[in-house]
Amino acid sequence: MSKAAAHALRAASVGVQMRQRWILEGVDVAIPPAAWTAIVGPNGAGKSTLLRALAGLQPLARGHVELLGQPLAQWSRRARARQLAWLGQGEAAPTDLRSYDVVMLGRLPHQGWLAAPSAADHAAVAQALHATHAWAWRERPLAQLSGGERQRVLLARALATQAPVLLMDEPLANLDPPHQGDWMATVRQHIAQGATVVSVLHELGIALQADRLIVMQAGRVLHQGATADAATRAALEAVFDHRIRVRQVEGKWMAFLE
Amino acid sequence: MPRSAINWLGSALVLASLGLLVLGIAVGSTGLESLWRLPHDAVARQIVWEIRLPRSLGAWLAGALLGLAGAVSQGLFRNPLADPYLLGSASGAALGSAVALVFAGAAPAGVLWLARLGMTGMAFAGAAAAVFLALMLAQGAQQGLRLLLAGVVVGVVLGAVRDALELRYPDILQPMKAFGLGSTAFVGWPACALMLGTWLLCAGAAWGLARALDGLALGEATAASLGLPLGPMRLGLIAVLALATGTAVAQTGLLAFVGLAAPHLVRSLVQAPHRISVLLASGMGAVLLLAADILARALLAPQELPVGVLTALLGGSYLLLLMYRRRSRDWSS
Repeated sequence: MSKAAAHALRAASVGVQMRQRWILEGVDVAIPPAAWTAIVGPNGAGKSTLLRALAGLQPLARGHVELLGQPLAQWSRRARARQLAWLGQGEAAPTDLRSYDVVMLGRLPHQGWLAAPSAADHAAVAQALHATHAWAWRERPLAQLSGGERQRVLLARALATQAPVLLMDEPLANLDPPHQGDWMATVRQHIAQGATVVSVLHELGIALQADRLIVMQAGRVLHQGATADAATRAALEAVFDHRIRVRQVEGKWMAFLE
Repeated sequence: MPRSAINWLGSALVLASLGLLVLGIAVGSTGLESLWRLPHDAVARQIVWEIRLPRSLGAWLAGALLGLAGAVSQGLFRNPLADPYLLGSASGAALGSAVALVFAGAAPAGVLWLARLGMTGMAFAGAAAAVFLALMLAQGAQQGLRLLLAGVVVGVVLGAVRDALELRYPDILQPMKAFGLGSTAFVGWPACALMLGTWLLCAGAAWGLARALDGLALGEATAASLGLPLGPMRLGLIAVLALATGTAVAQTGLLAFVGLAAPHLVRSLVQAPHRISVLLASGMGAVLLLAADILARALLAPQELPVGVLTALLGGSYLLLLMYRRRSRDWSS
């Protein structure tokens, strides 16, 4: 892993076009390593598209993306998959695969083409399932789990990849507050181990706990900076037309409806 | 628990296959008699060795190919209703076979090696073309319902082209009729050898590409993020689907629902990664079709029901049951 890279991910003048409409335009983003960055903004601002672009899952009309200091296109498919894990939003079909097998898919980038899972693979899967408190239903098919349970298995799948960069689109969907707290603890633990986490979040209260915010509006990045900066919080209020207020309660930044 | 369930189902399928093969040798227009007289009667030997054994084996192999094709298409298109028939690939294969018949001017009983191979090749080409046509119409495999509709449209259109061919070349009318009903009666040793070779090839390829199917279950983006080369893997799986369907259709005609029912039955019994479930579905299809074939021979003995009629009846009922049970569950995804 190239620790030397100043940025875990960097997007340079990225543009994405869909049906003659610019979904993203002139987006420059720098994501520092070993930190949690949250992408926020109103509906349709292009948050998910930016995340997909950063993951190399979105064809770009303009610009390029660098992962750990190297353009995405120069990474081999498998090497990239070992460095960057992806958790999408509402993608998984109600599959009959057992949760354990689903999480084991996260180990694909580490396995030979037809090789059986190694002891390290099994250990990583067990660790990930424990981390998201999903170990208890490892034998159950994904299709038979509730929305929240399924989300925790899918999160474990992303964690099992043990990639230093983890991108998550709406990871809190279907999670109740205690498990949202668990999710934050998992993220913090990940960061402490040197990993980089980028997440698209609708829950502003959670997003404000992130180290950095990328504030988006209408396909452009309005502001990016540390959550501790007053300017970042002002940008957040502005992007929601000042219909929310960001205030500190018991040492934590919170968003309130006007 | 799941490991043992998989082993249990695997062993049950092997045992059922062996038992049904023995039964398949014993059942026919001359009944068990042929079996008793086997050691000292040349005619009995011929009946068992040249007719019953190859057609029983052929039914098993055709079922194995269809079960495999069904499991691959359901995984590939992330659609529990995908099946070689509903995707139009079987109609494509039938059209390919009809074109081959026009050129060869031979009845399906003419089991010349080259003719068999040519017909299988044409059926393969037809099946592959139909799948691509359906994919083009549906603009990709993402939308399940759209893909199914496209498959139905392709099936109907290709069926109409086949009808037009039959009218223009009445010589092929009779063999194509038998073909449309689906029958294992014309399967001889060359057809068995061809299907066995294809099955080994397709099962091996499906086993090797099964990871793509597992990955796709988590969604397109996630599968891509796992470093799977989705493009080539998808093409490979479509080739497997078309080759398996084409080969089975060229030898036995149109046998509906085997490819749809086999993976469903397997999934209702065990939950396994595709590497295993694809092979189990293949075995399940083999057992289903062989059992149906024996039933078709025995029900009206010494007359014989075309096995395609029986699979359509049984499979149709199964699909209805499935729809009834699934009513409360998510249909479209």
